[in-house]
Amino acid sequence: MKFGVMKPHRRRKLFLILFLLVVSGSSVGLTLMALRENINLFYSPAEIVSGTAPVNKLIRAGGMVLEDSIFRSENNLEVRFIVTDMQDSEFTIFYNGILPDLFREGQGVVARGSLNEDGVFLAEEVLAKHDENYMPPEVADVINQAHAEPSK
Amino acid sequence: MIIELGHFSLILALGLSVVLTVIPAWGVQTTNSTLMQCGDSVARGLFFFLVLAFLALCYAFVVDDFSVDYVANNSNSALPIHFKISAVWGAHEGSFLLWTLVLGAWIFAVTLFSRDLSLDMRARVLSVLGLLAFGFTLFSLLTSNPFERSLPVFPQEGNDLNPLLQDFGLIVHPPMLYIGYVGFAVPFALAIATLWSGRLDMAWARWSRPWTNIAWAFLTVGITLGSWWAYYELGWGGWWFWDAVENASFMPWLVGTALIHSLASTEKRAVFKTWTVLLAISAFALSLLGGFLVRSGVLTSVHAFAQDPQRGMYILVFLIIIVGGSLVLYAVRAQGIKSNTIFSWSSREAMILVNNLLLVVATAVVLLGTLYPLAYEAATGGNKLSVGPPYFNAVFVPVMVILFLFMAVSQRSRWKNTKREVLLKKQVIYVIGSAVTATLLIVFLASFKPYVLLIVTIAFWISLNLLENILQRVKRRHWQWSAVFTQSLSYYGMLLGHLGMVIMMIGICCTVYYSVERDVRMVPGDELALGGYQFKFVGVQKINGPNYASDQAEIIVTYKGKEVAALFPEKRLYTARGSLMTEADIDPGIFRDLYVALGEPLAQGAWAVRIQVKPFVRWIWIGGLLSALGGFIAVGDKRYRRLRRQDAVDLPQNLSA
Amino acid sequence: MIMNKSLIIPLLCFFLLIVLLWRSFSLEDPHFLPSQLIDKPFPKFNLEDLHSTSRMRHVDDLVGAVSLVNVWATWCANCLIEHPVLEEISQNGITIIGINYNDNLLKARAWLDRYGDPYAFHVQDKEGTLAIDLGVYGAPETFIIDASGTIRYRHVGVVTERVWSQKLSPIINLLDGGS
Repeated sequence: MKFGVMKPHRRRKLFLILFLLVVSGSSVGLTLMALRENINLFYSPAEIVSGTAPVNKLIRAGGMVLEDSIFRSENNLEVRFIVTDMQDSEFTIFYNGILPDLFREGQGVVARGSLNEDGVFLAEEVLAKHDENYMPPEVADVINQAHAEPSK
Repeated sequence: MIIELGHFSLILALGLSVVLTVIPAWGVQTTNSTLMQCGDSVARGLFFFLVLAFLALCYAFVVDDFSVDYVANNSNSALPIHFKISAVWGAHEGSFLLWTLVLGAWIFAVTLFSRDLSLDMRARVLSVLGLLAFGFTLFSLLTSNPFERSLPVFPQEGNDLNPLLQDFGLIVHPPMLYIGYVGFAVPFALAIATLWSGRLDMAWARWSRPWTNIAWAFLTVGITLGSWWAYYELGWGGWWFWDAVENASFMPWLVGTALIHSLASTEKRAVFKTWTVLLAISAFALSLLGGFLVRSGVLTSVHAFAQDPQRGMYILVFLIIIVGGSLVLYAVRAQGIKSNTIFSWSSREAMILVNNLLLVVATAVVLLGTLYPLAYEAATGGNKLSVGPPYFNAVFVPVMVILFLFMAVSQRSRWKNTKREVLLKKQVIYVIGSAVTATLLIVFLASFKPYVLLIVTIAFWISLNLLENILQRVKRRHWQWSAVFTQSLSYYGMLLGHLGMVIMMIGICCTVYYSVERDVRMVPGDELALGGYQFKFVGVQKINGPNYASDQAEIIVTYKGKEVAALFPEKRLYTARGSLMTEADIDPGIFRDLYVALGEPLAQGAWAVRIQVKPFVRWIWIGGLLSALGGFIAVGDKRYRRLRRQDAVDLPQNLSA
Repeated sequence: MIMNKSLIIPLLCFFLLIVLLWRSFSLEDPHFLPSQLIDKPFPKFNLEDLHSTSRMRHVDDLVGAVSLVNVWATWCANCLIEHPVLEEISQNGITIIGINYNDNLLKARAWLDRYGDPYAFHVQDKEGTLAIDLGVYGAPETFIIDASGTIRYRHVGVVTERVWSQKLSPIINLLDGGS
């Protein structure tokens, strides 16, 4: 059937379908693209130490804050601390800002930021949890897995 | 004793919910009007016992009965009395009891305000609602009974309410949210009753409209208050986090908004019939899904209740039965229903179709972002990831901008067909006028940002079209200006609803682009200049509250040498749980908030301090509340009452059908 | 009547959603691990005490009263979560015996110094032999044994207030009442 001789309501229907296809197709495409760019994968201390984690990419990382490892600057809000999986893997997190209320030594912590070439994690955000009895599931996993694997 | 009475009431309520499910339905199947009629009294009895159960739990909190587990875990004798009451819904068990109570209240409302609904329809609606009440009550009794005691050994002192929840916002926010969430049960029940009876006519849409409006309005208030609470109580000045639990309440809201519009066209023009039914089912399904996500612990969130696989499993099964059942019913019974499809592309029907499509796309975007971590974890066998707010902002915001563009155009559209000149008249002038005004305002009062220009232009454009809409009404009355005051309530509701969204839009865009924020280390005497204001850190002193000890800082804010505000942010230590809390202090204003929060104490008497100037942030909540007000006003429309009487006349005829 | 197939689409979408939720939900739930050892006597062992390494502990040390046996370690993040609950339980007069599982002695002692020691005594299970005999899945795990030294209940995972008040405490009351 030629386009020109289509009945008006048919043509309208065709336009409707085309319109829907274009709109839905493009929105699905854009959405998936945005999703791919904005997921933050979680990496354990072992993966960060072994170099599995990508460098200079926005990721999340976490573990337990090592005792006596928190150092604060004397004149601004810079702070650094060591995060461990309670086995052999440890790495340092740098952060410039206010730490959440529940941040403490020996507690689980999850940070969002990127890893630099020297293996230091530059945190943009240190995530707060709002319950002191609550262990971030990522951290619990990290520690259980690190222990389950035979220590090297 | 009182506690056992409450427990017993809840069990009675369960029994009554079974009766409410079965008896009216039986009456419908056997066309026995006596059985159908008894639904009303059973429903009221159900509500009564739910109230009794709830009051019993309140009583246990007020008298500090720590032999009750739930009270011991969430209260403390030092807790002020108003927080003891709000602690009733401070954790999972009690908040679910409140949820059930709210459903009971909606069922009660249905018995009061549906006198004119035909008898068999009312019986069907009550039966569906009874089934929901049965599911909720059984859940409460089986998996989250707040009345359980720990005897004989019980603590002498309670564990205290989570300090985050010791706040006015939490007293009001959850009840409002639940009223909204659960309120979608009524349009849902109406939709199911309609499918069940096979009479998918316009009367159904007319009936659903006020119920949907009011549920939507409550949900709007609930979400708005939640955002406000997060802003001042979570301590750091964010007002929306795209947190899984926020999304859980936001998705029913988006679908509910679509439903409100779609119901209007179904009622007025008999279009989109099956689609509207599907939206009514979806709105409630998403409410249930939200409940599952929040209470099962599959998603981690700042709001999530303690994890318990049993609860999650229960809700999942309930979800399958209710939503799966409804969708099967929909697939079977919506066959062959014809909608009126004659409308032109410039008609209001078409505009509403676009509105619906965009809102559903927006919902899908939010749903995808919320569930993607689950899907990823399931696919990779346990690897975890999170979807950041940038995803939501990147996808959700453009959809909303398109939606608002359509909102501007659609204000003048008419049913069936809109003449080109009516739709387009002066639009070019309006757009240019809006853009010029917006540019001037932005350049002179702030700094130029293209996105702000875009949003503010659209906002002005919508406002002009709302005005034009009013003018057209006046014109139709031959320029009698009194016509402005004699329109129907639902018309005012519509105007207010859209105006609220415009105000919110301006608020969001100005806050996002013009807020300034600094985290600094301050010692007493330090000053900081930010956003034209001068903040002086005077010092910190120790003070004591009823159940906490606190470090309170004093910060004096001056503007061009004049003192504007003295702010007293605190860092509190709640003694019963030993938990630290950041209490920000805010100097609120229509055009800007000054927001100060204390971080942690540092060496040499210094403190970490976060200082923010947030322009127009209040407009977000003012806009949300105005929209909700619009929803409430629309419900009061005389039209709904008048039409009900017409239905009442139809009653005998309906019965014989 | 012609079937309008598009009306089934919502049902299919919902079905997919349910599959997803079901999957993610059943991924983690190690709480139900029936123990082969229930109603069997506690396995024999001969291990050093944590605080005085010269002293050997035997199964006889467990006999005499209803008690909780808690498997813990410093590397176990969740043990820290249940720690305050255990403190509370011991204040209620319940005997708690610790099995320090696959751990370093000094670290374990430091941990107890820091967070408190609600345990009657600890057994050092460095090689995990006792844990293997007990069929321990991971830490923390908690066993209830009665006065004759028989295992009566096993809980895998964190002992929360809820677990204590709804599961463990009723069983202990029952065992105490029966003796």
